[in-house]
Amino acid sequence: MTTFEAAKLVAAREIRVKLRDKAFLWSTAVFLLIVLASMLLPALLDGGPTKVAVTDSATVSVLREQGLEARLVPDAATAEQLVRDGEVDAAVLPGPEVIGLDEDPDDVVRALSTEPQVRLLDPSDVNPVAAIVVPLAFAMLFFFTSFTFGMQIAQSVVEEKQTRIVEILVASVPVRALLAGKVAALTALAFAQVALLGLVAIVGMTVTETAPGLLSAVAPAVGWFLPFFALGFVMLASLWAGVGALASRQEELASTTMPVQMLVLIPFFAVLSVPHDGLAMKVLSFVPFSSPIAMPVRLFDGDVALWEPVAALVLLVATTVVLLGVGARVYSGSLLRTQVKTSFMAALRKA
Amino acid sequence: MTPSVYGMNTVLTVDAVDRSFGDRQVLKDVSFTVTTGRLTGFVGANGAGKTTTMRIILGVLAADRGTVTWQGEPLTREIRHRFGYMPEERGLYPKMSVLEQVVYLGRLHGLSAAEARKRTLVLLDRLELGERADDHVQKLSLGNQQRAQIAAALVHDPELLVLDEPFSGLDPLAVENVLGVLRERAAAGAAVLFSSHQLDLVERLCDDLVIIADGTIRAAGDRAGLRDQYTLPRFRIEVGGDAGWLRDEPGVSLVDLDGRTAVFDLGDGAEDQQVLRSALARGPVHAFGPVRPSLAEIFREVIQ
Repeated sequence: MTTFEAAKLVAAREIRVKLRDKAFLWSTAVFLLIVLASMLLPALLDGGPTKVAVTDSATVSVLREQGLEARLVPDAATAEQLVRDGEVDAAVLPGPEVIGLDEDPDDVVRALSTEPQVRLLDPSDVNPVAAIVVPLAFAMLFFFTSFTFGMQIAQSVVEEKQTRIVEILVASVPVRALLAGKVAALTALAFAQVALLGLVAIVGMTVTETAPGLLSAVAPAVGWFLPFFALGFVMLASLWAGVGALASRQEELASTTMPVQMLVLIPFFAVLSVPHDGLAMKVLSFVPFSSPIAMPVRLFDGDVALWEPVAALVLLVATTVVLLGVGARVYSGSLLRTQVKTSFMAALRKA
Repeated sequence: MTPSVYGMNTVLTVDAVDRSFGDRQVLKDVSFTVTTGRLTGFVGANGAGKTTTMRIILGVLAADRGTVTWQGEPLTREIRHRFGYMPEERGLYPKMSVLEQVVYLGRLHGLSAAEARKRTLVLLDRLELGERADDHVQKLSLGNQQRAQIAAALVHDPELLVLDEPFSGLDPLAVENVLGVLRERAAAGAAVLFSSHQLDLVERLCDDLVIIADGTIRAAGDRAGLRDQYTLPRFRIEVGGDAGWLRDEPGVSLVDLDGRTAVFDLGDGAEDQQVLRSALARGPVHAFGPVRPSLAEIFREVIQ
């Protein structure tokens, strides 16, 4: 049997067990609910077009042209009563005077006023809310996926150490097959979970029209986000396995995984805390640990030369190759020390 | 490999193996052989080096010096794939059923899914664990976990079985059951090396013996040969009358005298047949023969 076949068997077992794991299924379900809720709730809370009671017929046709639901009432008293009863959201009385119950009826006011023409000299093709929310969503997605699945890799490694089955495994298949299978399985699961969330988000946005235009605006940045996300995840995956193998019991994971936790946490907060268009952001978008978050942010903002994401990806690939080597070494150097916690350097030396 | 018709082929040779952990040398010049069709008992006190030796055979640990060969060939992963191993530190996945994990380990040794499943079901039945096949390992009693572990070592029909303390934690009925399975494997041509510190059990079970103490091999060979080798010139006699006359017999030093039976050692030059003739001259002799040392006695002697 080749190492590849062995790795496939290891990965298949890992996925089978994970898909039966209640904690994993529940967390996926909760994520899905959050995504669904964030899109469906605004649509559900939105009560349809604003209803307006109007006392003159000319205004009725003006409001209807603007998409409001206007109805003609005989006098101001009737209109006011309808507003008080909640039958309509607002009323336009002679004057003209607009009344509402407890909120300013902005859309009615806007429909009745003549707005001055606005001309932007350098228009952004993304609306300002999306410009803040979308990069944050990318960063959060990478951070949570990398962190939760990374921890699961470490836990799955230490489970085999703690239950001692690792000695049979190591006697049966090459250590690198074990490592590769485990990392491949959890990478596949992580991508599947993200893809599922993404699919639900896209379908949801299309159906509910929550944010029209957002999809087409996000699309080019998403194209770049995928390779950064995938490489960034794999880069850390074998390190997670390595530091997982340093522990001999689940309780020791918190301390042995600390260095890798920092490698995920610090770049995340660094990217979120620096201004998008400064030099710091530029630097972060090339540093391998922060580039999976920072480069898509810059790409989304626009004005990035094509060579920049390409160069960042090359750096990321190179770092990934090196860290896969380091992770594999630490993993095999500490895998059979089932009695005590192993230090990072001792594991590196021993391999 | 085709098992020899005599079932006496040496297949595994451990030759001059050294191993240290830090400054502590745990194996010194360890050499012995394992033969197909036979159960080889590997005996030693805790910390004598049994587990380290077994780990080196399985390739889980590397030797500092020396070689382990299979039919003259250095061990490779392909060869080791045909070995079955039960480590001293037991362990299976707690959240997988017995059937699933034995099938999984069989597949890691190259069996197809269908073949692994078929063999696992047969094996679990043979180990009287068939009814628990779908239970999670954590729900099994320790004895049954042990049987599951043995199934995991046997599922791919290995040519060499290396079992570290396979009988510890088993009740007497389970010992008989597992022993029966191991004998079947040996009869079918497998070589079986198992360690144990239960000397009486080993004495009853194994065909060959390897005794290790402080990291060195103190004795190795087939059980009967070892016994002969360590048999003292000691005899036991049971006569019709009182055996007290033996006290005055030349060359005889009494070890134990109890009415009609006596145990005695013979000095240099003294003849056992001469003693027998004297006894017959005095009356009937119901029993006369050399006293074979028990394994425990041999063990005590060689580890000193």
